Amino acid sequence: MKRFTQLFLDLDRTTKTNEKVALLKAYFLTAPAEDKLWALALFTGRRPPRSFKTAQIHAWALEKANIPEWLYRESYNSVGDMAETIALLLPVAPSASDKTLSEWFHALAAMSRASDEEKKHFIFSAWEHFSPHQIFVFNKLIMGSFRIGVSQTLVVRAIAESVQQEPAIITHRIMGDWDPFKTTFHELIVHENVNDQFSRPYPFYLAYAVDGSVDTLGNAEDWFAEWKWDGIRAQVVVRNSELYIWSRGEELITDKFPELNVFLTLLPQGTVLDGEIVCFKDKKPMPFNVLQTRIGRKNVSKKILEEAPVVFIAYDLLELQGDDMRVKPQRERRAALEQLYAQNDHNVFKLSALLEFNSWDELKTLHTLSRANVAEGFMIKRKEATYRTGRKKGDWWKWKINPLSVDAVLIYAQKGHGRRTEFYSDYTFAVWDNDKLVPFAKAYSGLTDEEIRQVDHFVKQNTIEKFGPVRSVKPTLVFEIGFEGINASPRHKSGIAVRFPRMLRWRKDKPVEEADTLQNLRVLLNTVS
Amino acid sequence: MAKPTLLQFTSSSIFCARANVHIDPWKPVDFAILTHAHSDHAKVGCKHYLAHKDSESILRLRLGENISLQTVNYGEQFSINGINFSLHPAGHVIGSAQIRVEHNGEVWVASGDYKLEDDHFCTPFEPVKCNTFITESTFGLPIYKWPSQNSIMNDIKEWWLQNQQQEKASVLMGYALGKMQRIIKNLQPFNDTPVYAHGAIYNVNERLRAAGFDLPYIPLVTNDIDKKMYKGALILATPSALNTSWMKKFTPYSTGYCSGWMAVRGAKNRRSVDRGFVLSDHADWSDLNRAVAETSAEKIFVTHGYTDTYARWLNEQGIEAAEVSTHYGNEEESIKEGVV
Repeated sequence: MKRFTQLFLDLDRTTKTNEKVALLKAYFLTAPAEDKLWALALFTGRRPPRSFKTAQIHAWALEKANIPEWLYRESYNSVGDMAETIALLLPVAPSASDKTLSEWFHALAAMSRASDEEKKHFIFSAWEHFSPHQIFVFNKLIMGSFRIGVSQTLVVRAIAESVQQEPAIITHRIMGDWDPFKTTFHELIVHENVNDQFSRPYPFYLAYAVDGSVDTLGNAEDWFAEWKWDGIRAQVVVRNSELYIWSRGEELITDKFPELNVFLTLLPQGTVLDGEIVCFKDKKPMPFNVLQTRIGRKNVSKKILEEAPVVFIAYDLLELQGDDMRVKPQRERRAALEQLYAQNDHNVFKLSALLEFNSWDELKTLHTLSRANVAEGFMIKRKEATYRTGRKKGDWWKWKINPLSVDAVLIYAQKGHGRRTEFYSDYTFAVWDNDKLVPFAKAYSGLTDEEIRQVDHFVKQNTIEKFGPVRSVKPTLVFEIGFEGINASPRHKSGIAVRFPRMLRWRKDKPVEEADTLQNLRVLLNTVS
Repeated sequence: MAKPTLLQFTSSSIFCARANVHIDPWKPVDFAILTHAHSDHAKVGCKHYLAHKDSESILRLRLGENISLQTVNYGEQFSINGINFSLHPAGHVIGSAQIRVEHNGEVWVASGDYKLEDDHFCTPFEPVKCNTFITESTFGLPIYKWPSQNSIMNDIKEWWLQNQQQEKASVLMGYALGKMQRIIKNLQPFNDTPVYAHGAIYNVNERLRAAGFDLPYIPLVTNDIDKKMYKGALILATPSALNTSWMKKFTPYSTGYCSGWMAVRGAKNRRSVDRGFVLSDHADWSDLNRAVAETSAEKIFVTHGYTDTYARWLNEQGIEAAEVSTHYGNEEESIKEGVV
C-alpha cells in the first residue's frame, strides 16, 4: 500500500506524460505481481468489491473527526471529493501499515460478510495506521470511487514497455471481463490464453472533429460519409455461442438491451460489429434523451421496451468468421458488412447508410439536413483506411452540426468540484417568461480560468441568498448557452430540457433585459423536432 | 439612537468614530491605521497612514515614496481623541500588527491577517486579551491543518535536490511579500547553489535589505544571465509568472507552489503545478481556534475567508460570533501579486 500510495502521489506531482509513463513503468517493473494486477484493475476502472455502505463510512468518519455534520458537509463542499475530505479531517496517525495492496484487497473482500461492528473496527484500525495520503487512497478503494489522473493509454504504454509487448496487444488483453480475484498478472498480461479471449471487444477507433472545413480533406471521392447517430457507440461481439455488447467506455452492456439478444442467433460465430445503439420508432431514430431514460436502470421493464425500443445501427465490421478485419481497407470492410446485413435481415439490425455526394459542396448541403434526420452531423471516413486504435487523426473525422444556442441569465451559482472547488463555477441559467426568469439549464464548462475568477468575484459580491452551497445572485450577467438537443420535458420548470448545455460566450455586450425568452425556446423546440 | 460601538464596520473600513480613525480602509480616508502591507489591506489614496515601523519600507514601495506615514513599535501606546491604540505582533508578514483599541476599559482588537507559527523572519504572534476580537478565517475549515514549517522546508529541499539530479531548474512560487522571505530564511544556507528571484520578489527583498533586515542577496533573473546557470538552480517566482514566456528560459524545470490552498489536491491540480507545498502565512483551523480562545473575547467578528462557517462554529462552541462584510481577502492568499 505504501508503494502504491507513493505511485499515486508521484503521478499527481507531474503534468508530463513521459514522466507519468516512466513512473508507471517503474512500478510495473518492481512491484510484487499480485499488486501489479490490482493496480492494473484500478487503473482500468475495475471497482473492488464494495463491502461498506457510504452512509456507514460517513458516520464513522464523523465520529473519528469529532465535528458536527454540517461542518463535515461544508468541508466536503470545499474539497469536492469525499475520500479526500475524510483523509483531511481525521487525526494524523503516528505509524504506517505495511500491508500490500493485494493483501488489503483480500482483507476488504473478507469484510463483505462481516458484521457492522467488525466492519467499523476494521475501518477504524486502518485509519489509525495510515498516513493521510494512504487514508485518501484507502478511502477511494472502500468507496469504490478510485480514479487516477492517468489515461488508460498511458497505463498500456507503461505495461507494454515493462513486458516488451506491443501496446495494441496489451490494450486488447486488458479489455473485457476479467476478475483480479480469479486471474494473475502473468496470465492476463504475459501469458496469452486463447480461451479467455472470446468476450473481448476491439479497442474503438475514435475520430477527431474536422479542422475548419472538409475542403481541406482532399478529393471528395476518396471518402465515405454517413450520418453521425446520437446514441451509445457499441460493439456487438458474437463468439463461441455467446453474445457480448460493449460500450465505448468498455462496459459490458449486453443485459441492458434485451432487444439485441437476437444477434446471437442472427450473426455467424466469430463476428464483431461496430455501431450505435439508438432508440428507434416509426422508422426513425428517437432523440438521445429517450435512450437516457433507460441507461441508468437496473431492470428493463416492459413499459420501457415499448416506449424506448432500441436498434443497432452498424457502422463497421471488425471481425468476420473469426478473422480480424481491421487491417483491411474501409471499402472492403464496408462491402463485407453490406453483404452480412443483406443475409441477416432483422428489424433491430440496421445499416448506417452511406450518403451519396460528388463534391464537398454537395455534402455541405446535405449537412444542413442533419437535425431533420435526428443526426449529430456526419462521420467522414477514408475509403482506404484501416480500423485504427484510439483517437487518431487522419482517416476518420466527425463533422458535427453547430449547437443550438440562446442568451440566458445567470441566476444561481455553486462551487465546482475537483479542480474548481475554490470557485463558484457551476451555474444555473434562466430565460425570461414575461417579467420572470425561469431556470432552464445548468452549465459549468466553456469559460476560461480567468473568466471563472471574474464570475466568482461577481457571485461573491452580488449574492442575494444562500441555500446551502447554492447562492442566488442578482440577475446581471448574460451568457450564450449552446446545447445539442432540445426536448419537451414536464419534469422541468421551463417545460423544456436541453442536452449538453455549455457556455459558448460571455455576452458582456448584452443587457440582462435582452436575454432570450421562454417563447424563443419554444419556437426552437418546434423547429427542431 | 444607540451609542456607536468602539469599532464599527462601515462601507469603507473598520472604523473608530470617536477617534475618526479607519483600520485597513478600502476607500481613501483621512487617517488610516494599517495592519500590514498586503494590497487588500493597504490601499492607496489616504491622507495619512500609521503602521508598524517594519512595514514602512514596503508601504512606501507600494503606496508611494512620499505618503504621510507615522510608524510605531509593538506595544507602544498612543491616543487619539481620548481613545488608546497600540500595535501587537500578528506574525503574518514583516511588520504585521493586530490593532488594539481601548476606551474606558473596553478593548477591541482588529487582527488583520495572522499566523501562530514562528516563521523566523517576522515577529511572532502574541495573543492580546480583549472584549471583542476581529478575526480572519481564510482557512476556517477543519480540513486545513498545517504540517510543521520544518517538514515543509525539508520537502522543498528534497524536491530541489531531485530536480538538481535531473538537471532541472526548480521554480518555486509564492507571494512576494511574506512567503518568499520566510522561504529564504528557512532554506538557508544556499552554499554555492545558485538562487534567483523574479522582479516582484527582488524589489521586496532589496527594499527590506536596505531597511536593515537580515536577508541574503538574491540576484534578479535578467536576460543576460547564461541559461546554463539555471540548471539545478532555485528560481523564486510569483504565481503570476506561471504559464508566461518568462518561464521559458528555465526549461527544463519543475514548478512548486507554496500556499495553504495546496492542502487540497484539486487546488493544486487546478493550477497545473508539479508540486504543492502546504505553507501558509495564515492560521490553520486549530490555530484560529487557539487564537480566539487566548483573547478571552466575549464577542468575535469574522471578516474574511469562510466567514459564515467559522462564525457558526464559534456560536456552537458558545462564543458569540458574527460575520461581517469587508473587502479583505479578495486576493485570497496568493492568487495574484499586486503591482510592484
